[in-house]
Amino acid sequence: MAAITIENLGKTYTGGVSAVRGIDIDIRDGEFVVLVGPSGCGKSTLLRMIAGLEEITEGEVRIGERVVNRLEPAERDIAMVFQNYALYPHMSVRQNLSYGLKNRGTPKAEIARRVDEAARILEIGAYLDRKPRALSGGQRQRVAMGRAIVREPAAFLFDEPLSNLDAKLRVSMRGEIRALQKRLGTTSVYVTHDQLEAMTLADRLVVLRDGEVEQIGAPLEVYRRPVSTFVAEFIGSPAMNMLDGEVAGGTLRVGGASLPVGVAPGKVKVGMRAEDMRLAGLGETAIPARLAYVEELGAQRLGHFEVEGQRLIAAFPAEQALSDEIALTVDPSALHVFGADGRRID
Amino acid sequence: MVENQRWLDILAHITLILGVVVVAFPVYIAFIASTHHPVEFMSGMMPLLPGDNMVNTYTEVLSGGVRAQMTVPLTLMLTNSLIMALSIAIGKIVISILSAFAIVYFRFPFRMTAFWMIFITLMLPVEVRIVPTFKVVADLGLLNSYAGLSIPLIASATATFLFRQVFLTIPDELMEAARIDGAGPMKFFRDILLPLSRTNIAALFVILFIYGWNQYLWPILVTTDADFYTIVAGIKRMADVVDSEPLWNFIMATAVLAMLPPVLVVIFMQRLFVKGLVETEK
Repeated sequence: MAAITIENLGKTYTGGVSAVRGIDIDIRDGEFVVLVGPSGCGKSTLLRMIAGLEEITEGEVRIGERVVNRLEPAERDIAMVFQNYALYPHMSVRQNLSYGLKNRGTPKAEIARRVDEAARILEIGAYLDRKPRALSGGQRQRVAMGRAIVREPAAFLFDEPLSNLDAKLRVSMRGEIRALQKRLGTTSVYVTHDQLEAMTLADRLVVLRDGEVEQIGAPLEVYRRPVSTFVAEFIGSPAMNMLDGEVAGGTLRVGGASLPVGVAPGKVKVGMRAEDMRLAGLGETAIPARLAYVEELGAQRLGHFEVEGQRLIAAFPAEQALSDEIALTVDPSALHVFGADGRRID
Repeated sequence: MVENQRWLDILAHITLILGVVVVAFPVYIAFIASTHHPVEFMSGMMPLLPGDNMVNTYTEVLSGGVRAQMTVPLTLMLTNSLIMALSIAIGKIVISILSAFAIVYFRFPFRMTAFWMIFITLMLPVEVRIVPTFKVVADLGLLNSYAGLSIPLIASATATFLFRQVFLTIPDELMEAARIDGAGPMKFFRDILLPLSRTNIAALFVILFIYGWNQYLWPILVTTDADFYTIVAGIKRMADVVDSEPLWNFIMATAVLAMLPPVLVVIFMQRLFVKGLVETEK
């Protein structure tokens, strides 16, 4: 087990294309860090640089006290779980689990002990002698995790391990990965494009955008105080509403409503979470909105509105009646105001 | 199927049966001829029904009693053919699987050049480069040797190509997982790539064995010493007789025997062979 320190890390491909740059992340011992971002943001590249599968062109990665830049993946004391599992198809589950240990010259008895231990933890004991192709997706996923566990590495690296599973299995495996990581206490770095997966798994989130870190923080911190419109719209479902507004004379005008705010005058973007929206009471500052349609989620209903030509989503309790023309409001404390450059203004 | 009509089925079957007859009839003739006395071919008519001389012909051929016709015992020619076919098949597989491994998994300068050089050899089968190849082999003193028989036929691109395609279907993640599991390149090759291409190797072996076994032009060129005659080339020499009638029953019996090893290879490796050709899942 070890901390992972990433300093000013960058990757430039021959030809000058830069995949990631200037990444600084301190991953504490035993922490579960999730790298999240849209496709092409460099999150997989970053993970593969930690793993040693991708060459580091700038900066350095330390696992524990060691700088691992020049080390082979096998020497970095990490284990990786791949999106397509990458199990060796011609080997039985047992052989898959023990292959890495065998290559390291671990004694036979020790290999057997660790494989049995992993099989017990992951409940894959019943099919240790089967080939991967005889297993379901979820079972293969467990085997892939087993292969990581038996190594007892300093860190687990997960590269979108759940995206090949169906929705229901994904939710349950998510819980299992979380429980397992808590139990083993192994430092983990997990890559996903699914913000919900990221929120539920992470001790800390690293939101990446175009090869750079946009925000690092605990999931709720990122959710409640996104540093930019990018993070605000990426984290949370439905995505945060983003309306154009203007500040003049200490008053924010947005969607036909005026609110007192303490920011500098100018054009701004105003973010409002769907669940922070509610129907305006009498005498409250209100945003007049026209209902476009309603999405029923069972526990809630999502109203999709049009406000001055912009779209806005608001969540209501399931029994809330909605009329076509409606007045919405939001607590000033729940407003997220972003400048013209997309950065948060407080 | 597009349509399920009875007459279409019948038509399809007739076509197939005709095809089988066309292929099988010469083999049948060869076998029939080997069961008759040599005198029966003098008339110029080919008998179509088995004769009564089968046991006699085959015992004589196998015991090497027809030296007058062949100058070398049949078993020696079969052994020579076997050595040549096996050297070609195994040699080609070893060389091509290694070169495909290098081309697919390593980044080295002039990688693509190497690939295209190999590719170009596809256009140069032995028959095209036969004179220069003969010159090289002769200068190396390899005439009348097993090396001379097999080495010029070993270098080829087809197999390299096939293995390259096979390796390209193996996901990169397997290689990455192996790297994380501490397997170096050769260990990865041995533990992962070889087992995964097992069926393709088998399929290729069958094809190459038959290719090697059936070589005719090259063995005739490079072997003048009877000790290195191969069976396929030997049959030709048996028919080249001066001042007498060829003993067709012996020649045909030899031909039938020459067909057996490839048939056996196909029969015994059929399961792997088919798997190797149709299997796509990796």
